Amino acid sequence: MTRRSNATVFGLSREEIRRQIQLPWSEAFRISWRYVTIRLGRSLVTASTVFLSVAFLMAIFTMVLAAKAAGQELDAPTRARYLWSVLMGFLICSVGIINALLMSVTERFREIGTMKCLGALDEFIVRMFLIEAALMGLFGSIAGALAGALIMLLWSGFRVGFGVVGKLAWGFRSADGSLGFLGCLLVSIMAGTILSVVSAIIPALRAARLQAADALRTEI
Amino acid sequence: MVAMEPMVPPTGEMKERLQDAAKRLEPMMEQVSEFIVRTRDVRKVYQMGKVEVEALRGVTLDIKRGEYISIMGPSGSGKSTLFNMIGGLDKPTSGSVYINEVDLAQLDAYELAWLRCRTIGYIFQTFNLIPVMTALENVTLPMIFAGVPEDERQDRGMELLKRVGLAERWNHKPTELSGGQQQRVAIARALANDPAIILADEPTGNLDLKTGREIIQLLKELNEEKGVTIISATHDLKMLDVSDRVIWIRDGRIAKIEEREKIRLEAALAVEEELVEGAE
Repeated sequence: MTRRSNATVFGLSREEIRRQIQLPWSEAFRISWRYVTIRLGRSLVTASTVFLSVAFLMAIFTMVLAAKAAGQELDAPTRARYLWSVLMGFLICSVGIINALLMSVTERFREIGTMKCLGALDEFIVRMFLIEAALMGLFGSIAGALAGALIMLLWSGFRVGFGVVGKLAWGFRSADGSLGFLGCLLVSIMAGTILSVVSAIIPALRAARLQAADALRTEI
Repeated sequence: MVAMEPMVPPTGEMKERLQDAAKRLEPMMEQVSEFIVRTRDVRKVYQMGKVEVEALRGVTLDIKRGEYISIMGPSGSGKSTLFNMIGGLDKPTSGSVYINEVDLAQLDAYELAWLRCRTIGYIFQTFNLIPVMTALENVTLPMIFAGVPEDERQDRGMELLKRVGLAERWNHKPTELSGGQQQRVAIARALANDPAIILADEPTGNLDLKTGREIIQLLKELNEEKGVTIISATHDLKMLDVSDRVIWIRDGRIAKIEEREKIRLEAALAVEEELVEGAE
């Protein structure tokens, strides 16, 4: 049964009701930050999957840059193989994130149901989960990128000599126009964060579908 | 400052504004009815595999504004199902539920969220506070959804915590609070947006005798102070004393409805009988 669109409910028009329910991004951020920092153990599981994948990606980038600096540029098939490995790594990482976050949704069914009882819309729940994933992805990516770069720099240094490290293209772009070290760092961090957020979409939608009545449920 | 002038019928812009105001108030007028919750022949059937379970078999109720109602009944009687219907947490298979004369089945997701945010406050047996937030943040969460600005949120939140006696614990997380304290925070949260109805599902279920009595006392005080309608689904016989009416549910139907005076009278007569029998 539908009402005429100009009908009022509780003395307010449809537009007014829509406008009166809100979750500002700053508040969503604050709540998500709490969840990430307080449930740190849980967050580390997700963050460490991102950490590993991004470390791998950054290590590959660094290896390519070091090879170029040592004058031993890698050929196309080799680069393609490395790219393929990295993509597989990211795929596995994604599955890991989806798994970890789905578990998190299951654990938090009562809180999500309660928030709906307090007036949260489905999109608020999605917003909170995606921000959480973005935060975990960002921190995991930054740590992973730095760790991956460091390890590969040390390894290249020991193998080919640390003079190579001095000749590395450190800026955002290297002399021939391709990515420099900082550029690779940025790309790795962005890739990890985006991966995290995209992987969180399925769990976030699952969370949003929980009903307010779930707040009353006694088992999962 | 406007100089004092003799009363003159409004003209032009003023007249238009008054007419607009009157038009806006009109629909609100229809809603200030005596009955805040009405159910009409509500039925609920659950599909459990091949079997159909009739949880509610036609419940018709009228609850007045400001009443303190207890819904009592054994497990499996349909008490929780009825509670869910009234609170807009579930839809009936047939029949209707009206809150403020608005049929809940006709509400879309936004309107339902608005209702839950501003008209109804919920209290649960398991308290259901958000564990990562402090007591004050828990209390102000519904205010965030209602778009209340930060300063006002803090002020109102602290006032509510003060009212339930937990002002000094505003910064504590739920894990640092006892069961009774958590339930009091939950009550403060339920009152966040000054709702017309408080729905309590077994509020004393996880509390000991003394704490349970305190919570019931608090609810009764709030019912009298603020005129908020309280509807409680409960096992707890201590609720009988404070309820205006008790609705007994059995097998998905209303078995009987008792008024407080009648409950008191019957209890007194029962005690009297016992004393008389004892003396004989």
